[in-house]
Amino acid sequence: MTRTPLIRFLADGRRLNLQDGPIDLIVEASGSPANLRAAYAAASHRFTDGLLDELCRELPLLRQAADPARCLLQGKVARRMHDAVAPFAAGCFITPMAAVAGAVAEEILRAMVEGARLDRAYVNNGGDIALHLANGEQFTVGLADLPDASGLLRTMVVHADDPTRGVATSGRHGRSFSLGIADAVTVLARTASQADAAATIIANAVDLPGHSAVTRRPACDLQPDNDLGTRLVTRDVGALSGGEIEDALEAGAASARELLAAGLIDGAALRLRDEMIVVGTKTVELPGLRAPLRGPVAEGGLHV
Amino acid sequence: MLTEPTAADDKIRCDACPVMCYIKPGAAGACDRYANHDGRLVRVDPHILLERTVSHGGRLVPFQATGDWDGKIVHEPSLFVTAIGAGTTYPDYKPAPFIVSSEIDGVDMVTVVTEGIFSYCGVKVKIDTDRYLGPETATVRAQGEAIGHVTTSEYGSQMLSLGGVHHLTGGSKKEGRVTCDALMDLSNCKPVELTIDGGATVVVQAGHAPVVNGVAEERMRVGCGSATIGMFAKQWLGKVDEVVVVDDHITGVLSEHQAGKLLDIADTGIKMKGRRSTPGRYFQVAEPGTGWGGTKISDPLSVLGPFDAKKARPGMTMLMVSTTGEHAAFYELDEALKPVEKQIPAELQLSVERIQENCEPALCTVLFMAGAGGSLRAGVTDNPVRLTRSVKDALTRVTSGGAPVYVWPGGGITFMVDVTRLPAGAFGYVPTPALVAPIEFTLRLSDYAALGGHMDHVRPLASLKGNTETLQISSPPSAPGRRP
Repeated sequence: MTRTPLIRFLADGRRLNLQDGPIDLIVEASGSPANLRAAYAAASHRFTDGLLDELCRELPLLRQAADPARCLLQGKVARRMHDAVAPFAAGCFITPMAAVAGAVAEEILRAMVEGARLDRAYVNNGGDIALHLANGEQFTVGLADLPDASGLLRTMVVHADDPTRGVATSGRHGRSFSLGIADAVTVLARTASQADAAATIIANAVDLPGHSAVTRRPACDLQPDNDLGTRLVTRDVGALSGGEIEDALEAGAASARELLAAGLIDGAALRLRDEMIVVGTKTVELPGLRAPLRGPVAEGGLHV
Repeated sequence: MLTEPTAADDKIRCDACPVMCYIKPGAAGACDRYANHDGRLVRVDPHILLERTVSHGGRLVPFQATGDWDGKIVHEPSLFVTAIGAGTTYPDYKPAPFIVSSEIDGVDMVTVVTEGIFSYCGVKVKIDTDRYLGPETATVRAQGEAIGHVTTSEYGSQMLSLGGVHHLTGGSKKEGRVTCDALMDLSNCKPVELTIDGGATVVVQAGHAPVVNGVAEERMRVGCGSATIGMFAKQWLGKVDEVVVVDDHITGVLSEHQAGKLLDIADTGIKMKGRRSTPGRYFQVAEPGTGWGGTKISDPLSVLGPFDAKKARPGMTMLMVSTTGEHAAFYELDEALKPVEKQIPAELQLSVERIQENCEPALCTVLFMAGAGGSLRAGVTDNPVRLTRSVKDALTRVTSGGAPVYVWPGGGITFMVDVTRLPAGAFGYVPTPALVAPIEFTLRLSDYAALGGHMDHVRPLASLKGNTETLQISSPPSAPGRRP
């Protein structure tokens, strides 16, 4: 079968959509028209220049638990995936696949920034986002409850002088399986691949082990070649008490605080049902309000 | 395509991309675009999720393979690229991180923290029948679950409003799933059995006759018996002394009816059974059924009493006909003033045929209705109304699977489309549950450029072939209004 990567602009005529196999990117940059043209050309070129094929050639190895001490992978993106998960590999099972989305986003962003002078740019790979910020620029990242929401739960501003250049979200609702029960864990980190890996780790830690309301199934029952193998992945979460929600979130927050202390992340927002915990020093705001550091999200924030 | 199942568990290997996923029956690959359906590899994303389309790539611009753009919206010979097969970024929801473009509330991008719900959709069903389906606002159920309600009656039809966000996501999981299934089946022109609280069971299938309590409707009546008298009185004048239009609802009698009076038609001494409403109009001449005019009778004379000897006279003629013209009989009074059936005269037969001709086949029609407003309000474009305005100004034409749509006036892009005009299987669903429907935005190349389109990434139509379905339509959708 011949496959044709999709390259197109979205309805707003501004954002570029690149799609190939399971990769689906939303790309936007700001700069002069000539630089934009060059940046989008560079993104399209790198995207169609064997990016997916390179990854697939090393897929068997990418699906194995990462060795914290050495990397046998050859490809640039594959090695970036490994580097992102390596800090966690000693402590738990993790494969480079945990960082694939972020690593791909970073690779495309790198191609754009090398090929053009840009004020700002982002590459969003299904929620794992690589950022570029020239001096003085900033991005505002919003957390929303629903995609067609008219308002936002929280906003986080990433300034050029912040170390953050990656944002990633992990949770049990997505295409990737989660070992935990978090609805979403959004992480800010230095790179998109690091954020991607850390979000996976933290989302897995938001859990109530052995709880009867949580339905789990072996990953391989659902996807025979999934990198999680026979590990139990969360399929459904039934009724939880307020205390249980807090316990689960707190377990994830403990993990997030460790990663923050180790310098692996810049901040994280953990969400389960109506509760949210924010970890990190980053200013996180409810629109119009200062965000409480933890506790139920204000009503006005929920009904967006 | 490598679709041979491996022996053990029917998993198949997808070769749509180099990831080469093994996919179990009923499951999808890593992309969520290809799935194993009964051991067959199928593409499951051939439908652009409505709101995502608007937010994430709604415009599909048809380009001719050769020659210069001639300014036509769709180039001959009507090759029209539809959203079907265009793909969607929906599968990348994990958990639906969602990027809106810049400047809304000063926010550059949004990460969505729960599963996305695109449920603002439903179907409006028009069922051509005069049979009682149920009271207005009564709950309509599928498999016992509430999926909608009876709304106002229209002329000769009963209307149902099914689906919508409250049934899809506001009730129990089962309610949402059953609603989603029913909407999808109705939209894909499959039959769905519906039961109405305090009313009938009806099988609805777009483009087919409704089946009410096990009986298939055939024709819409031309009007009630009284209305039929009104419509045809002039055509009967001078050709027959009396006409009775037998109807389950209101049976009409020409000589007593206002229309007959106006034509100075003489009394005939006819005596009707049933309850007189106003002159020449009778309720309940017989029980409802599948006989004459929706009653259960097979002998129309059974709705008559004896003629009044003071007014009736031997030799008087009478036509009895049902509201659909399916039944008709002609009588002459004998010396004892008893009606005796005779051959229908040709000129009266013509009026019976005229009634038939005016009774259209009874159909169920299903309009899919959905709104693309939410994402726009969320600030998908830097100016949230830009795409809406472009649609309203007819610069951008909206179609669904190539079929013309009606776009509601007012805010957002809320449209309705006749599901029978879409290609087969055009609707899909996501487990949210929500319906997935194709939608295309078509605009002139020059307008696309004016909107800041990046012309160097425009793809010729030829390059879409092979991985995009193309739909041949018999006539190009009419061009939107000329540019101001």
